[in-house]
Amino acid sequence: MQPSPSPAATRSLKRTALYDRHVAADARLVPFAGWEMPVQYGGIREEHMAVRTSAGIFDVSHMGQIETSGPDAEAFLQRILSNDVARMVPGGAQYSLLCREDGGVLDDLFTYRLDVDRFLTVTNAANHERDFAWMAEHAASFEVTLTDRLRDYAMLAVQGPHARTIVEGLAAQALPVRMRTAVLSIAGVPGVLVCGTGYTGEDGVELLADPGQAIEIWDAVVSAGALPAGLGARDTLRMEACFHLYGQDLSEQRNPIEAGLGWCCKEDTGFIGSEAVARARAAGTGELLAAFVLDDRGIPRPGNPVVEGGVVTSGTLSPSLGVGIGMAYVPAALAVPGARLRIDVRGKTRKATVKSKPLYSKES
Amino acid sequence: MAEVTYPADLKYHPEHDWARVEGDVATFGITAYAEDQLGEVVFFDPPEVGTQVTKDESYAELESVKAVSDVIAPLSGEIVEVNEALAAEPEKVNEDPYGDGWLVRVRLSDPAELDALLEPPAYEELLAQES
Repeated sequence: MQPSPSPAATRSLKRTALYDRHVAADARLVPFAGWEMPVQYGGIREEHMAVRTSAGIFDVSHMGQIETSGPDAEAFLQRILSNDVARMVPGGAQYSLLCREDGGVLDDLFTYRLDVDRFLTVTNAANHERDFAWMAEHAASFEVTLTDRLRDYAMLAVQGPHARTIVEGLAAQALPVRMRTAVLSIAGVPGVLVCGTGYTGEDGVELLADPGQAIEIWDAVVSAGALPAGLGARDTLRMEACFHLYGQDLSEQRNPIEAGLGWCCKEDTGFIGSEAVARARAAGTGELLAAFVLDDRGIPRPGNPVVEGGVVTSGTLSPSLGVGIGMAYVPAALAVPGARLRIDVRGKTRKATVKSKPLYSKES
Repeated sequence: MAEVTYPADLKYHPEHDWARVEGDVATFGITAYAEDQLGEVVFFDPPEVGTQVTKDESYAELESVKAVSDVIAPLSGEIVEVNEALAAEPEKVNEDPYGDGWLVRVRLSDPAELDALLEPPAYEELLAQES
């Protein structure tokens, strides 16, 4: 079976401001991108369903933040990020990719425009240092200051149909709408950056706060009815919503077009990689990332080959749908809803059908 | 999650499997420690009746939401029955690992192998060393 990590293996791991809360809640803590993170508390399915039907709270303080400020902040990010940064108003939020010249994806990121000349970009934990180095390397000709803010923020995601009501009850003012941000006082903690974003396919907010005061927010949100949820439920929720996970569905070996992320690439902004993305968009790609549902019993997993060509990059048992689901790079002609696939799940061939994204939505 | 206990009428394999021996047939399952480590079991794909299993080798897979784990045979023999009820209710492995959560029944080919299995105190000692 799976042995727990030895004490020696966990000694060098970083801990978030909520670590004591996780231990007290009897969370199963696992190493994740250099952090000791809760993968589950009571159970993944219970936490998943709480987010789908009520509200859950996730500690995602392992995620990094990079602040870009200065007179050239917008021009610099326009060069670095795939989306049209100029279209983001102060208080706005935007999803984008960080690309190499050849279009390979270095990271996928949310950026918040804090002010006209000040932005905060949220990085994936495993990529944070590389992202910062990449940005610093390309900043020379711009009048900008880059600040590593990883240690300055704890990050909590409150998600689910009741998430807004819960956080609103702890806020001094109205919460920002989807894809907008505001600096508010939450549970008596001033200066919390509240963002109408998430990674679950549910409504909700993400809260960036001083790590020294994050426990007060956590406790208040939990007392108000949100269930602590771990990275396990975060993963099953994002798979049902067909959100990409960097390192699985996205990598330097894949370009945004084949990943289905052409919508957040605005080539006319001239971002690094824009020429390669424009070429891929015009010519099409051999493979595309498709979402699928298993018709047979079984659970697809990352790395399972697709018999028709390609590979599964994300897979799980969907707690909401009760069947195996996943995403796979498949020949482009098969990346259409209704197409039939066969997936080699450790030697057993399982039938699957390509579905439109997301695999789960409130309307379905 | 089941209460973490190690019944005295079972023999234990260090890979966290148990065997209940009745004559020349043994029932196999995983221990309370194993089901707790694995988390919520959501899928068990049983081997076919008639399959030969070999002590210390994997004979099936149990899957949680997050992961796949091999299940190790505590003894050798031929599978004579599989727990079909787990197809609909795999969570029985968590709720009742020594009862309704059994996995397969095996006609033993070498009863002498029993001597290598652990009694509950020895198994619990092994768990104490691992954690």
